[in-house]
Amino acid sequence: MDRKKVTIDGNEAAAYVAYNTNEVIAIYPITPSSNMAEWCDAWSAVGKKNIWGIVPQVTEMQSEGGASGAVHGALQSGALTTTFTASQGLLLMIPNMYKIAGELTPTVFHVSARSIAAQALSIFGDHSDVMSVRQTGFALLSSGSVQEVMDFALIAQAATLESRIPFLHFFDGFRTSHEVMKIEQLTAEDMKAMIDDKLVIEHRKRALSPDHPFIRGTAQNPDVYFQGRETVNPFYAACPNIVQKQMDKFAKLTGRQYHLFDYVGAPDAERIIILMGSGTQAVEETVEYLVAKGEKIGAIKVRLYRPFSIDHFIKALPKTTKSIAVLDRTKEPGSAGEPLYQDVINAISEKYMNGELGFSYPKIVGGRYGLSSKEFTPAMIKAVFDNLASDKPKNHFTVGIIDDVTNTSLDFDPNFSVETPETFRGKFYGLGADGTVGANKNSIKIIGEGTDYFAQGYFVYDSKKSGSVTVSHLRFGPKPIKSTYLINKANFIACHQQVFLEKMDMLEDAVEGSTFLLNTKVPKEQVWDSLPEKVQKDLIEKKMKLYVIDAYKVAEETGMGVRINTIMQTCFFAISNIFPKEQAIGLIKDSIKKTYGAKGDKIVQMNFDAVDKTLDNLFEVPVPNKITSKAQLQPPVTPNAPDFVKEVLGKIIAGKGDLIPVSKMPVDGTYPSASARWEKRNIALEVPVWDPETCIQCNKCVMVCPHATIRAKVYEEKYLEGAPETFKSTKFKAKDYGEGLLYTLQVAVEDCTGCGLCVDVCPAKNKKETKLKAINMAEQLPLREKERANWDFFINIPDLDRRKVAVSKVKDSQFLEPLFEFSGACAGCGETPYVKLVSQLFGDRAIIANATGCSSIYGGNLPTTPWSVNKEGRGPAWSNSLFEDNAEFGLGFRLAINKHQNQAIDLLKKYSSEIGDELVTAIINADQKDEAGIYEQRERVEVLKKKLSDMINAGANGKASDLNHLLSIADYLVKKSVWIIGGDGWAYDIGYGGLDHVIATGANVNLLVLDTEVYSNTGGQSSKATPRGAVAKFAAAGKPAGKKDLGLMAMTYGNVYVARVAMGANDQHTLRAFLEVEAYDGPSIIIAYSHCIAHGINMATAMNNQKAAVDSGYWPLYRYNPELAKEGKNPFKLDSKGLKIPLKDYAYMETRYKMLTKSHPDLAAKLIQEAQEDVIKRWKEYERLAAWDPQKEAVQ
Amino acid sequence: MDLSTNYLGLKLKSPIIPSAGPLSEKISNIREMEDAGAGAVVLYSLFEEQIEHEQIELDYHTSVHAESYAEATSYFPEPFEFKTGPDEYLEHIRKAKEAVNIPIIASLNGKSVGGWTEYAKLIEQAGADALELNIYLLPTDVERSGNFIEQMYIDIVKAVRSAVKIPIAVKMHPFFTSTSYMANQFAKAGANGLVLFNRFYQPDINLEKLEVEPNVLLSTPMAMRLPLRWIAILYGKVQADLAATSGVYHAEDVIKLTMAGAKATQMLAALLKFGIGHIADVISGMKTWMEEHEYESLSMMRGSMSYMNVDDPSKFERANYMKVLHSYK
Repeated sequence: MDRKKVTIDGNEAAAYVAYNTNEVIAIYPITPSSNMAEWCDAWSAVGKKNIWGIVPQVTEMQSEGGASGAVHGALQSGALTTTFTASQGLLLMIPNMYKIAGELTPTVFHVSARSIAAQALSIFGDHSDVMSVRQTGFALLSSGSVQEVMDFALIAQAATLESRIPFLHFFDGFRTSHEVMKIEQLTAEDMKAMIDDKLVIEHRKRALSPDHPFIRGTAQNPDVYFQGRETVNPFYAACPNIVQKQMDKFAKLTGRQYHLFDYVGAPDAERIIILMGSGTQAVEETVEYLVAKGEKIGAIKVRLYRPFSIDHFIKALPKTTKSIAVLDRTKEPGSAGEPLYQDVINAISEKYMNGELGFSYPKIVGGRYGLSSKEFTPAMIKAVFDNLASDKPKNHFTVGIIDDVTNTSLDFDPNFSVETPETFRGKFYGLGADGTVGANKNSIKIIGEGTDYFAQGYFVYDSKKSGSVTVSHLRFGPKPIKSTYLINKANFIACHQQVFLEKMDMLEDAVEGSTFLLNTKVPKEQVWDSLPEKVQKDLIEKKMKLYVIDAYKVAEETGMGVRINTIMQTCFFAISNIFPKEQAIGLIKDSIKKTYGAKGDKIVQMNFDAVDKTLDNLFEVPVPNKITSKAQLQPPVTPNAPDFVKEVLGKIIAGKGDLIPVSKMPVDGTYPSASARWEKRNIALEVPVWDPETCIQCNKCVMVCPHATIRAKVYEEKYLEGAPETFKSTKFKAKDYGEGLLYTLQVAVEDCTGCGLCVDVCPAKNKKETKLKAINMAEQLPLREKERANWDFFINIPDLDRRKVAVSKVKDSQFLEPLFEFSGACAGCGETPYVKLVSQLFGDRAIIANATGCSSIYGGNLPTTPWSVNKEGRGPAWSNSLFEDNAEFGLGFRLAINKHQNQAIDLLKKYSSEIGDELVTAIINADQKDEAGIYEQRERVEVLKKKLSDMINAGANGKASDLNHLLSIADYLVKKSVWIIGGDGWAYDIGYGGLDHVIATGANVNLLVLDTEVYSNTGGQSSKATPRGAVAKFAAAGKPAGKKDLGLMAMTYGNVYVARVAMGANDQHTLRAFLEVEAYDGPSIIIAYSHCIAHGINMATAMNNQKAAVDSGYWPLYRYNPELAKEGKNPFKLDSKGLKIPLKDYAYMETRYKMLTKSHPDLAAKLIQEAQEDVIKRWKEYERLAAWDPQKEAVQ
Repeated sequence: MDLSTNYLGLKLKSPIIPSAGPLSEKISNIREMEDAGAGAVVLYSLFEEQIEHEQIELDYHTSVHAESYAEATSYFPEPFEFKTGPDEYLEHIRKAKEAVNIPIIASLNGKSVGGWTEYAKLIEQAGADALELNIYLLPTDVERSGNFIEQMYIDIVKAVRSAVKIPIAVKMHPFFTSTSYMANQFAKAGANGLVLFNRFYQPDINLEKLEVEPNVLLSTPMAMRLPLRWIAILYGKVQADLAATSGVYHAEDVIKLTMAGAKATQMLAALLKFGIGHIADVISGMKTWMEEHEYESLSMMRGSMSYMNVDDPSKFERANYMKVLHSYK
């Protein structure tokens, strides 16, 4: 049969089979598996049918725990059911997995395997998660390529129905889940042929039904539980043969024969590598290369890892085997070896013991590789084979890193390569926003589907969300591609942004005779001189060809804006000559129609115009034979950075993190604060420039700046001494802090993202030219040097004394130093202004629990952290535990702090006379309600600590233990502020149970919910905070249900402070709420409207969206303060005037709502009407709450 | 009492036509207009620029942040199909046609010549009985002559005329140097009707915000004087039906405009102010007036007070204050 060739990634391949062969799908987003759920949800939304002609029911749950529960229930009710997950999500499914397996229930879970958070979270791929469920009773089937993902998804489905053993089908996160490959797509007939309807019906017959009732899920006792557990043995014994049978059946259908253990290599191999997952591809490629050179080596690709069939495994091993290296993509600290290694030892030992091995007992060593998608290359694989060739092969080794602590690592030659010349290898450097990755995905599809070539695309993204660099790795050629690693020998390199050349050694990986395509605004005659010295050197020495285009010019002329994707794609095809020119243009245009057709004719035409104009602007520039440039690569961090920042973080920034040895890494995941300040990213093309004449010194720009790059200071004139020539200063208009003071608004232009929020909120207009404000955007490059000096000077001007700052006013509060700066959040982020405000107001005494999500990523993703310290060395202490437990994690902080405080007070009282009654009384009774009170308490505690040290040093007469304890916890006598921060996915969904419990404890913790109304970090999936009528992933046809009123629910406790704020609508209200939250001695929760790129809005003017949300009544501003109730007053204050504009005037400012009017116009009309009714109803309810007068009621 | 009229070759039961505006966005309103006695309805305008803008906006916001970050390679569900073109408008025409028996006149504001003709064809295919061209070219370029701009207007009318068979009307503005010449040119270019006059958003300045705030000022009854004059002048001189719009509030206004030569009178401000049911009041008022003054039909009075039929046509020409003062004597 001639099957369709498709160019898709692993997630889509798995989803394709899962959707077609299931009836119920329970989903929850987690990287890198989310795309599988997204595909299924999208297909279901458009009514796509599965192989039985029904549209599967796709339901989003509140957590993976919830998803697995729903799966369990649907299975018990007889539906073919599946789910998708990874990492922590899989761990949350474990309890149900035991149940599902114990009850012999057929299902397949598809897992894009990912690291588990240990010393740090990682979204990337390894087998830590799947190895954590190997004991549950699920069968584990491993795919190593995109084709295998599609094939094994079906084989697993067929095998689970026949064996009744539930299957976990897994493939490597990112390396396979996100790798785009040309594969053969299975047909509906293939799937029907593999799935036996009789088995489906048998599954249904086993379902719970009141029509033939029974019970399942009993409790058993010591007398029978054990025996009951052993009943399943025959099913597990039969499973491997069933899987092999299904593999054989599949081979007859498709011609692709798989085995439980597939051997590749020399028939007489002596050295064998055993592994599973995507690494099998690179190993196979390397084995083929080395066997062709006469090496006696081979490899076993493990497919069915559980149940582990010793017989099948031993049969797969060549009888000539002398030594074996078992590679595990996981780490089990403290174990006798990683799991696959132990299984292999176990298998060979058993067979040897029984005399059934058939050859001498081999040397067996185990090693770890590829954790968190660490590169696994032929060079490393060769090192593993070389290790096996030694007399005493290193055991429990690592490969791919430099372990200079316990010396586990194998050395390898990075120059060893098995890449073949007939395979095209291209690397494309782009900006996230310029569409480079999307274009390359299209290119791979064009090549894959337009030629007989094999094609592969893999895409590397940035750790930052703003100004992010993407690197696309494209391979294609006449031979199958098994290179499951990045390209480091490229014959085509494209740089889509010339600014990258300042920072990256881009041509390092170019081979001789390769081609370099550069997008540049520099005229072609001057391009050569504009290149850095190293680039010129590589171009000359590697005899490279240089092509240039001003893609921005073409984009501007054709209305494409910053999207240069189509233009650069056309250049690539024009230069690479894969197709004749006319054919290439035709194929690109066909691809444009497919990609953009749904978005309208105008978009298609714009892209067509861009294609047509590109070739006239593409030029080859002759490479001279002389270096003319002296420009060097910029250092990754500033020269005055601390050593750790330079030696570790700087290397990560420079893209050399793979070379950092183990010894340089912190042992327990602890990293220094305040490192973002050393990384000058220079990502903004335009930055704000201050006009002191127009400025009214309101500091609104400082308040909204998401990256803390615009700051205000008030200072005495004497501090101007030594100021750079261009440093700006003006008289401070207010007299609050004394006479004759100066004011400066300074921008950190090298840290600014150029979002423009500051300019948008600036209320001051230039009287002569009203298009100008007190801050205006200007090109960054000409300002960079001067403003760098100005910033360095500015930052050393003393801040105002915190005790004197009138923090209750927006203007004054913004003189407080932010201790959250230069994060990697999106340009214009709606969350970070709130986070920064916490750091300004309470940062020097804050301890922060941060739920996993955007805020944990921009707050804690290496290389650098925005959490900062003040000049006294104090600052927020920050940690991320998990997604689901953040409230509990933060409560733990409070419990410990209280315990420390109480213990300290007890000890103070106990030793009051020795320490000094007056000091002890002052400390215990200290009023720490304001900055002055906290300052004074800190002074007292310093005196106390000095005194305690003196007492201890003087010989404490048997009291040393107590005094040392008191000294160790004395700092807790100063007020600590516990903040629990996270997004709506945490607060409304996965962490809601914990949040609810924590606020019910009455503990003094402050919860900040950064409500973007979707799971922003994983790409905009719907949460219970998503409003009715908005489109989100998992709500492609608009969210049908209304938003949960989390605030109202919290208010029902009566003792919880609750505020709903929107900085863009009322910054003063936001500030007041934050101050009240801190002042309230009990649980508090702030629900903060956080605009987000997932709303599809203009981020530069996003504060207007916040205002419109409030004006429409959709987002009422309020504060519920239990302190007022204690005074006999109404605790609820409605602080905004709502219903000023219809909901749609707000909603249709945002693509998330508007797109529904274009995709489902009738539904959109219905939902917006219902949403409007929601708003009115809720508004009236709030008005009623606000109108309550307890005094009147008391009289009545 | 015969209130019927023939406008753009369409037989209308009354001369009252709700003009292009937000009221026609709802099918239920269009039904109400028919019930109240409207002779036809001009739908709200389809703006080519808006369609393009919406497409670009949708594409931009759903794609600009995609493929930037490993955890979120996109932020919106895959768009299987968006109705970003004129589909919504065309569907509205179809629904309006299904809902009522009176003629449905579409209104179009194009941007490019290609856009004018393409959308005109689609509107015709969707079943519109006629098409009103809402042409609006604001000449801000100081190097561009009036002749050049005028030719652009005429070219658009010619292009649309050659693209569709349904009647077309041109909604004119009153700012041409020679309204008469342009009216004649439009008629020669193929316009079946001329609607006098278009009203535009007028910018205002917000003194607090120092921002320009464009908004629409609804016409007042006094505004009727301008179309009254020009309909009277053009009546019988151009080969096109004349329709009045601007300031038509009451039965007397309709009668005056009909006497000046209008075949139809369009209303919007009055309907926004008094409700759609006001059409019935106007019709009732017209009937009363006609009975009292013994007119049997509108055709009896049409053009009776036009430039060509009044005793002193120069009264329509008087344009300055002194002469007006003099007219009181």
